Amino acid sequence: MTDAISTLRLEDFHEIIETLGPDELKMMLLKMHTIRLFEERAEQLYSQGRVHGTMHLSIGQEATAVGASTGMIRATGDAGDYLLNHHRGHGHCLAWGSDVNRMMAEFMGKESGYCRGRGGSMHIADIDANNLGANGIVAGGVPIAVGVGLSIKMRQTSQVCLVIFGDGAANEGAFHEAMNMASIWNLPIIFLCENNQYAMSMPYPKAFNIPFVSQRAAGYGLPGETVDGNDVLAVYQAVAAAAERARRGEGASLVESVTYRYKGHSKSDKQAYRTRQEVQDWRDNKDPIDRFNTLLVRAGIISDAEGAAMRDTATQIVDDSVTFSEASADPDIASIMDGVYA
Amino acid sequence: MRELSYAEALREGLRQAMETDARVFAIGEDIGVYGGAFGVTAGLLDQFGGQRVIDTPISEAGIAGACVGAALTGMRPVGEIQFMDFVTLTMEQLVLQAAKVRFMFGGKASVPMVLRMPGGSGTGAAAQHSESLENWFVHVPGLKVVMPSNAYDAKGLLLSAIDDDNPVIFVEHKLLYKTKMDVPEAPYRIPLSQTNIVRAGQHVTVVATSIMVSRALAAADELAKEGIELEIIDPRTLKPLDDTPIIDSVKKTGRALIVHEAVEIGGFGGEIAARIAGSEAFDYLEAPVKRLAGLDIPIPYNRELERNTVPQIESIIVEARKLAQTAY
Repeated sequence: MTDAISTLRLEDFHEIIETLGPDELKMMLLKMHTIRLFEERAEQLYSQGRVHGTMHLSIGQEATAVGASTGMIRATGDAGDYLLNHHRGHGHCLAWGSDVNRMMAEFMGKESGYCRGRGGSMHIADIDANNLGANGIVAGGVPIAVGVGLSIKMRQTSQVCLVIFGDGAANEGAFHEAMNMASIWNLPIIFLCENNQYAMSMPYPKAFNIPFVSQRAAGYGLPGETVDGNDVLAVYQAVAAAAERARRGEGASLVESVTYRYKGHSKSDKQAYRTRQEVQDWRDNKDPIDRFNTLLVRAGIISDAEGAAMRDTATQIVDDSVTFSEASADPDIASIMDGVYA
Repeated sequence: MRELSYAEALREGLRQAMETDARVFAIGEDIGVYGGAFGVTAGLLDQFGGQRVIDTPISEAGIAGACVGAALTGMRPVGEIQFMDFVTLTMEQLVLQAAKVRFMFGGKASVPMVLRMPGGSGTGAAAQHSESLENWFVHVPGLKVVMPSNAYDAKGLLLSAIDDDNPVIFVEHKLLYKTKMDVPEAPYRIPLSQTNIVRAGQHVTVVATSIMVSRALAAADELAKEGIELEIIDPRTLKPLDDTPIIDSVKKTGRALIVHEAVEIGGFGGEIAARIAGSEAFDYLEAPVKRLAGLDIPIPYNRELERNTVPQIESIIVEARKLAQTAY
């Protein structure tokens, strides 16, 4: 039974650095920068009226996205694992390996976007990469994961399905049905609860009468663990262990990653439910990118200058994506009926 | 040719699909040892085992989600919802996931799943086990809706539904499960979206769905004795609808009666009426288009109240006769 948030122990840290190697660790930091800058740019474009609709920013939650993806096998076809994620999912897609240009093009509603401008920021999917899509319905992807798990079992591959959802989703009925089915059928699924502590405006303590979502795993006969979701290596370690477990045929796991979103729920959120000071405290003291950068510098994997250069690299990647998107065509109105039916 | 019941024909279709395609599997409540609440899946567990005939907990949203996820990743699930009423518990997965993912993701995903469910009244099961909710799904882009009215169609349409790369809501009728007719043993397919002219006649076009097709046929036998010939048309697939035979028929008869069990208001009959009124058949109408459908009440328990809630042979005879004698 979970009774605390697991933090990374020093001996584990050395082992992870050994396992991942410096190139992968640097890539993880670059991805975290890219996600942050991508979302900051998207927000800016929205305020300029160049992106419409709404968006759910995950700024502050980059460690969960990157840590989790790093723990999975990202490849096409039967060689790769599956991803299902939620409405605050830009980071998950970028971490999974989505092309930044096609991501940004989708935000701008372009034909060159991942969903040909039909899905927008909330529904990015990259089916070819086994990314089965971000879901606009809270807990919408959770029962779908059960079907993916069944499919993996029936096709007898060694794939694993990672389904990411928020703390709000854990209070949907679909969560209960899916967790139970995954357990009774011993399915290769990682239920990753990205607990950013607010379900829109509802703070965690008002919505739960238990300290950790992961405690619920016990009720389904599954292992549950809570990790520091702003520690990218802690998230990686927990997800990688759950993936290994699933691949060994030992079934599903619930991993809870406790993190924090700096921005509002969506673009209409005035954030009356929390204080500016609370947000500032997370930014100043627990920022996942600062923490990982500091760690890599201290471990001698990057220098201060390399850390700063990485941010510049990410800025360039995002700049290029805006250029690509603005040069892309809007969908042809004549194609409006495309894709409703196969 | 041998006769099979509607339930047996469905079972044979499902069995043949499972025998020829390893991607097809069945999932639902009590479909294994129990054989399904209406016996459709009886014996399949013995033949295919628990990996392909999957008994679920009472988790309808979970069943629908499992079908969506499996379909997205290369399988062809055939889910069973024990009573159509319980489909209310799956609406999010069907309407917001199954129906939308393909379009929403730019046409790149497909969801080849079938969800079977028995609708309809007449069993004394009262308000929560007797509904006909098919038109809800007709209103959802991305779904297909199929409603077989006899054993032969049931097998042929089920095989086509399983072959289809889209989510198909497959609406069976409880009172039809035991009805028998000649059904070929070899697998055959009835294409989706192919409206069937069940009986030819020149006086009144009757568009009927599901069990109302056999009631309309019985009504036609009676009215023929009076010299009134009904043309009975069964759309079989409600969505996407093949409306050409309906329009052509009304051009011939000049009169249209639409009969379904579901509540009249907001029902499928309104769509048929609008298609007729909006087509060249309008110019041929010799009387207003009429609907005969369920009363706007929950299905009552009492046998006579229940009977009087939905169209019966007698009420079809009365309405069709009246329509045959009506002129502008």
